[in-house]
Amino acid sequence: MKSLSTIIKREFLSYFATPLAFVFILVFLVLSSAFTFYLGQFYERGQADLLPFFNFHPWLYLFLIPSVSMRLWSEERKTGSIELLLTLPITLWDAILGKFLAAWALIGLALAGTFPIWLTVNYLGQPDNGAIAAGYMGSWLMAGAFLAVGCCMSALTKNQIIAFILTGITCLTLVLAGFPMVLNFFEGWVPSLILDLIAGLSIIAHFIAISKGVLALTDVVYFVAMILLWLYLTHLALVAKAAD
Amino acid sequence: MIQVSHLVKRFGSFTAVNDMSFEVEAGTVLGFLGPNGAGKSTTMKMITGFSRPTSGQVSVHGHDIVDDRQAAQARLGYLPEGAPCYEDMTVQGFLAFIADIRGCRGGQRDRSIDRVTETVSLREVLGQRIETLSKGYKRRVGLAQALLHDPDVLILDEPTDGLDPNQKHQVREMILNLSEQKIVIISTHILEEVSAVCSRALIINQGRIVLDDTPDGLRKRAKDHQAIRLRVMDVDPSQILEVCETLPSVDRVEISGKDGDLLIFPKPGSVELLAELQQLLSAKAWQVARLQQLEGQLDEVFRRVTMGDAP
Ligand SMILES: Nc1ncnc2c1ncn2[C@@H]1O[C@H](COP(=O)(O)OP(=O)(O)O)[C@@H](O)[C@H]1O
Ligand SMILES: [Mg+2]
Repeated sequence: MKSLSTIIKREFLSYFATPLAFVFILVFLVLSSAFTFYLGQFYERGQADLLPFFNFHPWLYLFLIPSVSMRLWSEERKTGSIELLLTLPITLWDAILGKFLAAWALIGLALAGTFPIWLTVNYLGQPDNGAIAAGYMGSWLMAGAFLAVGCCMSALTKNQIIAFILTGITCLTLVLAGFPMVLNFFEGWVPSLILDLIAGLSIIAHFIAISKGVLALTDVVYFVAMILLWLYLTHLALVAKAAD
Repeated sequence: MIQVSHLVKRFGSFTAVNDMSFEVEAGTVLGFLGPNGAGKSTTMKMITGFSRPTSGQVSVHGHDIVDDRQAAQARLGYLPEGAPCYEDMTVQGFLAFIADIRGCRGGQRDRSIDRVTETVSLREVLGQRIETLSKGYKRRVGLAQALLHDPDVLILDEPTDGLDPNQKHQVREMILNLSEQKIVIISTHILEEVSAVCSRALIINQGRIVLDDTPDGLRKRAKDHQAIRLRVMDVDPSQILEVCETLPSVDRVEISGKDGDLLIFPKPGSVELLAELQQLLSAKAWQVARLQQLEGQLDEVFRRVTMGDAP
């Protein structure tokens, strides 16, 4: 536990040693506001909720999360500092979880920075603040799933750009899997069990309800399972490739 | 004690470390000597638990590096090749992080950091970010983190590579000043380093140990060990050569290319060479300009054992 918290602390502070954290939070705030107010027709809808805000999060995360996750392991492997880290008396899980949790906390911080939007809806109307809290929670969980994919891709390569692209593609696939056009493509020639599986694995399918403010247990379990699965794959990737 | 037995590391079909076995006792400064690509770093990565052996065992003070990795690593200090570290941290912040992970807390942590910054002279840059430091200072930061928990075993991969002569000297002094009870393994391809700091040297070539000896022992294997270099004033070297060849202890005589000195090689086992030569010189009343008994060139031994043919 002590090692884990030490690693989280180092990783988290390292985001603030460079402009990375500030740039990330700034871009996140600008884009999420722009999406919400311009594309999402926040005012025009005349509804006091944050649906347009949360609706854009999967797309926002699609390129913002890889930009955070790409360096997690690639950079350590590139500079060789991974050799230092993994010869300290810690477990590999300490290192994996420490990096993941620190990055997740950064994303949480960026998400928390959007509170003026929440203040705005409360000023304009009487929103269901429970639903909004559920939306935030769900968005953060979804970010965690994207991030875990990013961890794994970053562990696979020394090249951050490749890690970025692989993460983007994998997450896009996971998002699109639930869209009708993708499902229609499979419909008819793929057994319905597999079809359900593809749809069930989709990030979108699990986020739609959440963005509307319904935080169902199955959706929470889905995101937590996604995180654990991809972190486990990260572990496998590092055992196989860390010393290459 | 470190025990390495039948250690093998393969990358695909390439064998980087090929069945290495050796033991190191406390109080030894062991040099890994070998050409680039010999397998020194790969061996160190396995000893420190970073890279998993393809087969074979390593144990550090009785802790197996695979099955009991953390216990072994707790007793190790390691400077990886090129001294990588977290360059966006300050020296102070970085050392504090290592101390935390190593379990040095509170006052003990401050004392440890104090001690190593003293040992490797880092005090004036403690607040500076590592990426702004010169190569010599970065190397010292790497050494400092390896020494922080005062480990029994230090593994240093090319600790002086890329440093200027003064910095090299400092690092060697530091290694010599470490406690007598430690095990230090350093890798290098610089031969003088072995004579300067090591009490034992393994010459490694193509993943195998080709020689295991003390630096003196290695020198004794040189072809010119105990040969005598001679220069006489105003006498033709070929004339001296002829006379010297008749001495009973002389095996053969060469004229050394560059400066016309004579290299006189003794017969194996003979110890009379110097005395015989002195008699000869005074009998002929030759004026000696130079007379030197050679210790043996390490680089000659090194080249011989790492260029293919067996010693
Ligand atoms: N991760 C790796 N993948 C493939 N080959 C490697 C890897 N690491 C080292 N090697 C090869 O193993 C050999 C030994 O390398 P190394 O131990 O670094 O040599 P040294 O430190 O003695 O210079 C080299 O030929 C090197 O190319
Ligand atoms: Mg090397």
